Amino acid sequence: MDAFKSWIARSGTGSILLLALLIVVVFPLTMDIFRLNLVGKYLTYAFVAVGLVMLWGYGGILSLGQGVFFGLGGYMMAMFLKLEASDPEATKIQSTPGIPDFMDWNQLTELPLWWEPFRHLPLALIAVVAVPMVLAFIISFAMFKRRVGGVYFAIITQAVALILTVLIIGQQGYTGGVNGITDLRTLLGWDIRDDSAKLILYFVNAGLLIGVIVLCRWIQMSKLGTLLLAMRDKEDRVRFSGYDVAMFKVFAFVLAAGISAIGGAMFTLQVGFMSPSFVGIVPSIEMVIFAAVGGRMSLVGAVYGALLVNFGKTYFSESAPDLWLFLMAALFIGVVLAFPNGLAGLYESHVKPWFARRKAPKAAPAAIEPPAAPPPAPSHKSAPPATLPGGVQGQSA
Amino acid sequence: MSNTDFVLAIEDLTVSFDGFKAIDALTLYVDRGELRVIIGPNGAGKTTLLDLICGKTKASAGSIKFKNQEMTRLAEHKIVRAGVGRKFQTPSIYENLSVFKNLEVSFPQGRSVLGALGFRCTDEVKERVQSVATEIGLADALDTEAGLLSHGQKQWLEIGMLLMQEPELLMLDEPIAGMSVRERELTADLLQRICKGRSVIVIEHDMDFVKRIAHKVTVMHQGKILAEGSMEKVQADPKVIDVYLGH
Repeated sequence: MDAFKSWIARSGTGSILLLALLIVVVFPLTMDIFRLNLVGKYLTYAFVAVGLVMLWGYGGILSLGQGVFFGLGGYMMAMFLKLEASDPEATKIQSTPGIPDFMDWNQLTELPLWWEPFRHLPLALIAVVAVPMVLAFIISFAMFKRRVGGVYFAIITQAVALILTVLIIGQQGYTGGVNGITDLRTLLGWDIRDDSAKLILYFVNAGLLIGVIVLCRWIQMSKLGTLLLAMRDKEDRVRFSGYDVAMFKVFAFVLAAGISAIGGAMFTLQVGFMSPSFVGIVPSIEMVIFAAVGGRMSLVGAVYGALLVNFGKTYFSESAPDLWLFLMAALFIGVVLAFPNGLAGLYESHVKPWFARRKAPKAAPAAIEPPAAPPPAPSHKSAPPATLPGGVQGQSA
Repeated sequence: MSNTDFVLAIEDLTVSFDGFKAIDALTLYVDRGELRVIIGPNGAGKTTLLDLICGKTKASAGSIKFKNQEMTRLAEHKIVRAGVGRKFQTPSIYENLSVFKNLEVSFPQGRSVLGALGFRCTDEVKERVQSVATEIGLADALDTEAGLLSHGQKQWLEIGMLLMQEPELLMLDEPIAGMSVRERELTADLLQRICKGRSVIVIEHDMDFVKRIAHKVTVMHQGKILAEGSMEKVQADPKVIDVYLGH
């Protein structure tokens, strides 16, 4: 029983349950469907942030191109939805009915062959995770086997993000160009735009996110999690203990890509379109900020980070649109300088000791465990979740 | 090159960095169960030699055979898996992990990505960690965060991490650097214990320590071997006195 209790404590089950309670029960009960849909959108970014915790926090590999995988996942989903929305009946005014509208505008007269698999939902769903993961494998295998790392790797990921953006915008006839793939309507005949669909999609999204967090927590607690931490600090020692370090880095990168792609697909389903503006350098860096604010060592913290920054973004870009980018930059610099482990770090260093002092002193927890994922720290920066529904008035930048 | 009975047979090994030959046509044999100490002035190429054996640096020419298996083209982790362990000059341990985790991670199982995912800390692993921790005198410190250990204990921990892998050839780069007199004595005892059943190569400067542990001493100078033999023989060698020991 004690072993079970200590396992519960180590695994951070409590903080994951708290997060699940918040997004599965509290948010749906306190928000109207418009705001809930907005939260759903933020939670799709949280997938990327969770992936970054594994890749950056644990693996020590900073990627500034996660938007690539988020975007690819989203595009795979959007291609399926677009084909379904482009049945000959709905597109009969086009010169070639039955193909997506943007293809028709670009003088394409038949569906390109590589679009064909996206007529089938199972194939499209496989592609959602498989395509980004394969791309991630190719990039990371080529880089890590050659011992490219650190800043150089981050720059390469930026270059990939830029290349993909340019490619998508340039190939307008095949990708919808700068507008992206829009006007998505149904999923197997089920209208994803009405309120009940939005509610269901919100819960699917929340469930997937919790599932991904549990999976990542399991990986963190396995030997692989220990090895990622070990590699981050003493790469050579791991290598000369008989491990192929490059393959572990590839694993972390491919994992983060797959997780981001699920987020991208859920974004498309909930928001109803996908465009290159979620692929490029700027969104990729924003996603790193979510993870940094939440705490790059904390899976749950990353979700709170994504929620808080996005609530802030929505609030401030409505009231002071010119100021938002500066505020965001200030936030990032502030986080890096003042609390490098983010909200989760604040919780670990301030809230937990306070609790510990109030409780009878117990045996020290295993020092090796990463910060257990926390609820938001009670600083003025992070209003308690209960005030979030009312909007972001409780927050200051 | 022919097969030999030596655990390690290095022949005509050369490595040059921009024309500078850090190791120059070096030939060296190490017996099974032997504790060999390599000494020599700074820049003699001692650490480079260890780098070459463990694959950190790639040889320009020559051959390194471990149990008659060519090592010069193998990737680092494969050399380790073949049975070569290497301790670095500065203690290279995982400071944020506990002593137990440091040793557990070094256990030679679950070394692939999927293997690591499925790895379970079985009783066998725990027993092994316990016995190695006892060997290196850290049995009471298993739950301590490795970063909090003293410098000497960190050195021992790294040796322990290598012992977890049960290497047949163990290479230690200045294992007693920064240790107190008492710690040096304990380390000498430790080395004498662990060289039973395996070969050990030690790089060291401390002559008293070398005298205590060495079966055989190799003196290196400018990437070449200057002298080789028992400590007494090497110490009496006029060439060695000239370039290294001093008059």
